[in-house]
Amino acid sequence: MNQNEYQGKLIVVEGIDGSGKSTQIDLLQKWLRNRGRSVYFSEWNSSELVKSTTRLAKQEKAFTPTTFSLLQATDFSDNWENHIFPMLKAGAIVLADRYAFTAFARDVSRGVDPTWVRNLYSFAIQPDLVLYFRVPLDIAVERILSGRAKIKYYEAGMDLGLSDNKVTSFRLFQQRIIDEYEKMVGEFNFTVIDGTLPVQEEQKLLRKYVMKSLNGWKGLVNPSLRSRKHSTAAPVPQGEKA
Amino acid sequence: MSEAQFYGAGFPYSQIKDLPGKLIVLEGTDGVGRSTQIQLLRNWLETRGYAVSDTGLRRSPMTQPGLNAAKSGHTMGRLTMNLFYATDFADRLENQILPALKAGFIVLSDRYFYSIMARDIVRGADPQWARKVYGFALKPDLIIYLKTDIPTLVYRLVHGRGFNYWESGMDLRCAGDLYDNFCYYQEQLIEQFDQMSAEYGFVEVDATKSVNAVFADLRRKIGEIFAIE
Repeated sequence: MNQNEYQGKLIVVEGIDGSGKSTQIDLLQKWLRNRGRSVYFSEWNSSELVKSTTRLAKQEKAFTPTTFSLLQATDFSDNWENHIFPMLKAGAIVLADRYAFTAFARDVSRGVDPTWVRNLYSFAIQPDLVLYFRVPLDIAVERILSGRAKIKYYEAGMDLGLSDNKVTSFRLFQQRIIDEYEKMVGEFNFTVIDGTLPVQEEQKLLRKYVMKSLNGWKGLVNPSLRSRKHSTAAPVPQGEKA
Repeated sequence: MSEAQFYGAGFPYSQIKDLPGKLIVLEGTDGVGRSTQIQLLRNWLETRGYAVSDTGLRRSPMTQPGLNAAKSGHTMGRLTMNLFYATDFADRLENQILPALKAGFIVLSDRYFYSIMARDIVRGADPQWARKVYGFALKPDLIIYLKTDIPTLVYRLVHGRGFNYWESGMDLRCAGDLYDNFCYYQEQLIEQFDQMSAEYGFVEVDATKSVNAVFADLRRKIGEIFAIE
């Protein structure tokens, strides 16, 4: 992955389902906005263009590991081309709940070639900060099972035929994903967060990492603030550059 | 086909070893007469007792509705289009082509990933990236390249379906009008095919000849390789 050479900052949270990352990134987002930062929040699997195809394939259970991987990459690239990349170029802070690493972890767990899937996403840039929420399998599974009604087919990795029991399959699949994440800690310079900490304590820690990552960075300038400051200056004649 | 070979890692999670069928690909730019020839070949092969299956681009039941909608909206970015087409191709390869080959069919494929890649590269995709994306693709037994030139294409389209937005690469807006854009775009595509021809071992057939002459050439090439009379 290429380094970020754009004006904006890219901060990503990663981790298995139930690792608490979405709660934390939501708090981060509010905190940054309150501090007057220009934030764009990006979610995994959010492309309108691809949505109907994903829904159809999930209903029909038509995915193979390769087509699943390719369609997710299509989804991500739509999001990348229309939102993430222009926002970074413009100078915003892009906060992403899941990024290419989710695909690397899940798709390789489904059996696709690790090098092949990394190439698919090679247009994406290495984030300035990757916060990886490490949490033991039992805790994550307990959070998921108590929190929502039903685990879905692909979420549970049922397509892999690991077990006929959804919960068993889910556990086995999540463990594989954890193993893949752990392999990426060094490869993609993950900052490991203990996902078992109390929410508030964890948030404090995250803010420290984010502050460090934003240290010395001015961020996107708000022209309306600037013009207010210079409101006494003579107006610039049309056609001339200020 | 004896042992299945792939351009890259293939499908590591599925055991594909011997494929008794044969994969024959017809490549070439828009309006070169691929679908006409595939129909003729299908009849010819079936008359000789071969089970034939044919397939083409954007025919995957999974991706077709979404791709059609995306194409009509012109909202799709370059990378997104590249990957959406790759999804479509992978779906057809895994769910149509490979099962047919396992069952001993002769599969006639109207284009393969070479066409998709040519279009992607003309639109600015990184050629190395694109080649690696298709690392899952099965190597065909025979790739026929229907080679043509712009005057022949223009003549055929004037007497056929006319010029359209996508075949003219109008999304690229290299030239102002449909005709100029068509010529420029197709020239670029032909250049990509010519480059791939050596790299992938295309068997070239002169497609500027009449339908019957091209058909005769195709029968000869296929006959040489598979001992079909």
